[in-house]
Amino acid sequence: MNALSLDSVSHSFKQRRVLDAVSFSVAQGRVCILLGRNGAGKTTLFSLVTGLYHARFGSVQVFGHAMRTDPAAALAAMGVVFQQQTLDLDLTTAENLRYHAALHGLAAEVAEARMREELGRLAVLDRLHDPVRSLSGGQRRRVEIARALMHRPRILLLDEPTTGLDVPGRQALAHHVHGLCRERGIAALWATHFLEEVTPEDDVVVLHAGRVQWAGGADRIEAELGVASMTDAFAKLTAAA
Amino acid sequence: MKRRHALRALNGIFHRELLRTLRQRGRLVSAMVRPLVWLAIFAAGFRSVLGLSTTPPYQTYVLYEVYVVPGLAAMMLLFHAMASSLAMVYDREMGSMRLLLTAPLPRWYLLGARLLASVVVGLPLVYLFLVVARYWDVRPPMLGYLAVLPALVLSGLMLGAFGLLVSSLSTQMENFAGVMNFVIFPMFFASTALYPLWRLAEAGPVLATVAMLNPFSHAVELIRFALYLRFTPISFLVVLACLLVFFLAAVVGYDPGRGLWSRRGDQ
Repeated sequence: MNALSLDSVSHSFKQRRVLDAVSFSVAQGRVCILLGRNGAGKTTLFSLVTGLYHARFGSVQVFGHAMRTDPAAALAAMGVVFQQQTLDLDLTTAENLRYHAALHGLAAEVAEARMREELGRLAVLDRLHDPVRSLSGGQRRRVEIARALMHRPRILLLDEPTTGLDVPGRQALAHHVHGLCRERGIAALWATHFLEEVTPEDDVVVLHAGRVQWAGGADRIEAELGVASMTDAFAKLTAAA
Repeated sequence: MKRRHALRALNGIFHRELLRTLRQRGRLVSAMVRPLVWLAIFAAGFRSVLGLSTTPPYQTYVLYEVYVVPGLAAMMLLFHAMASSLAMVYDREMGSMRLLLTAPLPRWYLLGARLLASVVVGLPLVYLFLVVARYWDVRPPMLGYLAVLPALVLSGLMLGAFGLLVSSLSTQMENFAGVMNFVIFPMFFASTALYPLWRLAEAGPVLATVAMLNPFSHAVELIRFALYLRFTPISFLVVLACLLVFFLAAVVGYDPGRGLWSRRGDQ
């Protein structure tokens, strides 16, 4: 069973079509990079996948649970890091994570243990009792990822998670997410417009003007398109207006 | 929806609301000072010019301070509800609303939990005001402080649900602040919070009709009657009905398939 399946998903805001018959899937234990320029429809797609609003047409399924008819089961299986920061700046790191744990129904003692485990893994445990306002951009991102993992999701959704991070921070984050997928067998959908975040073992979906231009293994894209590099492949796929 | 999960989420939402409220000391102080200014200055000035005949639930002539205190308690709930709704708009702009709306629980439950938490967090200030009001000789029966609790909760929920509905229709904080001005002041002044209905009728039948139809008037009367150990079924039913209508409309407003946000895409 696929971790995430989108079948002919279309969405419009008023008269403007943002997504047009988008179909692809993310297999368990795989990292799928959703590549697209700014305005390609990545964030709208994330909003639909996370149930913030429903697609006008098509279906979104998470481990077989349809987002439209069984959103609770679908949401329980996913951990989300939105492009826009969603931490409460007035609360401490611990208070933010406890709030998330409560929303996912975790018992207090379980939440405390997992909070420390995930923050420790991401090297931000020392900021546990600091207000989020005092954390750097990179630390806030790591806290958000730790938070997204607290309820042991089976798929991790990351919408441009490296925005605002420096190069070492971006590399560390990518390394961490790939490690999670290998170690825990969880799937990840990673939206980005940074081509250097794609590794050969990833799956890639190229989204342009609301349509899927290409989907498949990153190691095949250059050969299939007859280009020399991922940069060329991306340029070729997103050349049309 | 599992009961244990739902209770833990409610507890988490309540805890967050409490922490945020306690850390906004300016808001707490102003929430307390506002009704006291009305009571100490406005009511003192009106006391000499506004005679009040016997009006239920009062069984004799009462001082204007006595009359106005339930209205000011309701005003506290109104301002608290609007501040809480403004916080929802702020949360949405800042992104933290997404966390609440992507929790694996029904959206109506999450909104209801947020609404309930907000009301419960606001109640201690109302009680503090009622206790301080004793200094102005506003001394309802002691049992009245207990009897008024359900009236405060119901009124707070109704006003909060109204704020929730307004927040579901607002795109930006600036818009919401404008809406608040058009909502709070007419709601408060065109009600029985400051003057009894017969006084308003003397001023003009239209104003009296508006006040009678204003759900805030019914919240005020529900609180006033409960504080003096009386029950007004009409106000109770109006407040309850408005709560249901406002809340259901707010749930539709935040609905992922039907809400305005799904059409505008800026949630």
